[in-house]
Amino acid sequence: MACHDKFLLNDWFPVATIEQLREGQSQKTVLMEQEITICPATDGTWTVALAGSDAKLPVRERYGVLWTCLGTPAGDIVDIPEARDTKRFLVLGGAIRVRTSGLRVVENFLDMAHFPFVHEGWLGEQPHTEVLPYKVVITEADEVLATDARFFQPIASPSAKGGIDVDYAYQVYRPYIVGLHKTNPVMEAHMDFIVLFIQPVNEEDCIVHSLLCFFKEDMDEEILRSFQQVIFGQDKPILENQTPKRLPLSPRAETPIRADQMSIVYRRWLQDHAVTYGAIPAT
Amino acid sequence: MTPDLHSKWYPIASSTDAPKRHVFHAQLLGREFAVWRADDNFVNVWENRCLHRGVRLTLGMNDGSELVCRYHAWRYANRTAGCTYIPAHPADAPARQICNITYPAQEAWGMIWAGERATGDVPELEGFERYTVLRPIPVNASSDLVMDELASLDFGTEGKGRMTAAGAIGFVDHSGATVLFFVQPQDSGKSVIRGILDRELQGDEKLRTLTEYNWLLNTVRDSMEARASAMPAPEPMVVEIQAAAENPPDFSDAGETGRAAELRLRVTEKSKIAEDVVNLKLESIKGALPTFQPGAHIDLHLQNGLIRQYSLTNGPAETSQYSIGVKREPDSRGGSTAIHDNVAVGDVIAASAPRNNFPLRRDALKTVLIAGGIGITPLLSMAQTLHKMNLDFELHYFVRSDGQIAFKDKLAALGASVTLHKGLSPDQTEGALKKIAKDPGFANHMYICGPGPMLSIARATAQAAGWTDDAVHFEYFKNETEIDTSTEFTIELARSAMTLEVPAGRSILEVLRDNGIKMPSSCEQGACGTCKVDLIEGEALHQDVYLNESEKSRGDTIITCISRAKSDRLILDL
Repeated sequence: MACHDKFLLNDWFPVATIEQLREGQSQKTVLMEQEITICPATDGTWTVALAGSDAKLPVRERYGVLWTCLGTPAGDIVDIPEARDTKRFLVLGGAIRVRTSGLRVVENFLDMAHFPFVHEGWLGEQPHTEVLPYKVVITEADEVLATDARFFQPIASPSAKGGIDVDYAYQVYRPYIVGLHKTNPVMEAHMDFIVLFIQPVNEEDCIVHSLLCFFKEDMDEEILRSFQQVIFGQDKPILENQTPKRLPLSPRAETPIRADQMSIVYRRWLQDHAVTYGAIPAT
Repeated sequence: MTPDLHSKWYPIASSTDAPKRHVFHAQLLGREFAVWRADDNFVNVWENRCLHRGVRLTLGMNDGSELVCRYHAWRYANRTAGCTYIPAHPADAPARQICNITYPAQEAWGMIWAGERATGDVPELEGFERYTVLRPIPVNASSDLVMDELASLDFGTEGKGRMTAAGAIGFVDHSGATVLFFVQPQDSGKSVIRGILDRELQGDEKLRTLTEYNWLLNTVRDSMEARASAMPAPEPMVVEIQAAAENPPDFSDAGETGRAAELRLRVTEKSKIAEDVVNLKLESIKGALPTFQPGAHIDLHLQNGLIRQYSLTNGPAETSQYSIGVKREPDSRGGSTAIHDNVAVGDVIAASAPRNNFPLRRDALKTVLIAGGIGITPLLSMAQTLHKMNLDFELHYFVRSDGQIAFKDKLAALGASVTLHKGLSPDQTEGALKKIAKDPGFANHMYICGPGPMLSIARATAQAAGWTDDAVHFEYFKNETEIDTSTEFTIELARSAMTLEVPAGRSILEVLRDNGIKMPSSCEQGACGTCKVDLIEGEALHQDVYLNESEKSRGDTIITCISRAKSDRLILDL
């Protein structure tokens, strides 16, 4: 079913990473069931249009990603101050297809409790499985923000030299855009940053574009990219085996626990914004 | 009239598809099942979906007594599918409502049978005292088409196949053997042919026969699939996924005192296992026993009207019965005496479902268990769990003499992790405890259960050695719950005109249920909002994560499983 959520139709979505577009060649992709053609323009930029139509859609390049909007943009593309920080690498983690709702991908990104089991030896280690209480608020900018989260990690980042307690802060900017800040293992006062820009192909299929903004100390861009792909590769089979594929918003549809506070708030926030695309609304 | 397919038994797997420590994926009428055999040979057929986040349980791990979800390692017990442990909250016992969906299942004739709403027994196959199960053949065609093709098959010595009472199509083959073909409808366009022969074949003859049938059924499959592919593809069957909290347990059977005695247990064994100690084995007279975790206890409602709590000594694999140890207390008010003198094998006792005020963390690098006398009972359950999960622990058991050592067989199975301390004076006991507690280490936890004086010494010793309060856990084995008097308040139920006192240590939800008010709940941790009630007057002490800040400050609702009162009185819209 096509998207009827105004909140989404008038928002910006990623449709390609620039480095994957071939010079002078057009490319097709799908955004919320709409087939889209990306064509090179004479000035080296790109145009985006619905397939079979001449009418151009709005287009922007930002963070190495090409963005478009199926309706009339209600605002700007999400602002990522970390991407302007010259002390950090800006690495795209690749465009990864995941055959489930993009909202399930966001929720998994907000989840710490699976670290010792799905990312054992990397982001978590048994028996250190406890999720301590953290804070979640809806900010004035209408974003979901979780702070004071903490988890023990054996290899928090490619630059880690051993296990550390990692501080986390999570930020849901838009229904399909989520970021996290985590302690840099070399400079423990600094926080590295990862953001997922999710392109919903349909309600049960998506392409995840990830942007990594990590401090350059002891870091290498290629290793960083492969680290992200290893971690994501561990999540993908779990995500593709969740049923139903769409995210249920009724608090009784699944069984949340205290550790799932971020997911509880995220689901309610989606419900409050009448986001139905990729979700099973609470009745 | 359409027959109700969901109330029929169908074979969904060969017995050999479900070896121990494996999880098999099966499908029936569109619904996916996780099929797994426990080490005690009980075959579980569950909804293939962890009720936490919906991940398929067939990705999980079968450890012989529990199925562990791949995503967050929630553990679910053999038989009941009740959750026994949530690693994200090691200090909490999971709420009883956290239970996966199970389906009727039986194993017979070398196959595993299931049906969403099947009752009674699987079909009787006369003349199949001995049998050989054929290789199952999946077919991309509807079960109606497959049955139709099988029935018109020109095969066997008696012409066309006959429909049997068991719902199979039967033939007599050229060797004189009767063969039955059952058809398992996986989905609208997917079936499996499951054949069975009425004799037990061996060696070369078995190989030859299986090969012949494999060849025959593959040929049949080709023609079935050719016919099916010429027809429009059917829509997949629509399967309702049951919501997690829609299946609350029944609390209607409250005992006379208002405390729920929802179980009726039959005493199947009563044996003297040490001086003044008997071990009772208790089985359910109807259905499976509710799930327990290490540290859990049950209330027994005795014939003389007394209610007494006893810790379960069960290991994680013992899900078919509860085991308790009862010591005759000379100064008892009649509880232990009633059990020692008046309870016999065959008696039926009313009991509560297991509750757990002494849950075991499983995130410790090392766990130290210290038992005094009959205080061994909860710690024995814990030790068996830690042993099963290969987690590091030591069990110290203080007894006055050899004759007082209970549960010797279970202790023997725990091997070198058990240390006995026999006949020590109070000073010697203190010395031994000092040695045991000397190093708090990193992420170590201590559990103590025993007589009051020993408990006090153990706690003081641990504290002096640097153990933090949250690493030392204790339970008095006497059947009196320690009452914390810090928050007590009154609740008034506006629509029911009832006034109830909520004592310390009890939740509003528990008090409501104790008084016969049926309340829905799910997580019992203040996360899901199922037990939310409108608050008419009074100031709530919110401790949940479900309500948002503005709802909390508005103060017109309360989550009854976890939140309490700041004011003396709350008026609830009930």
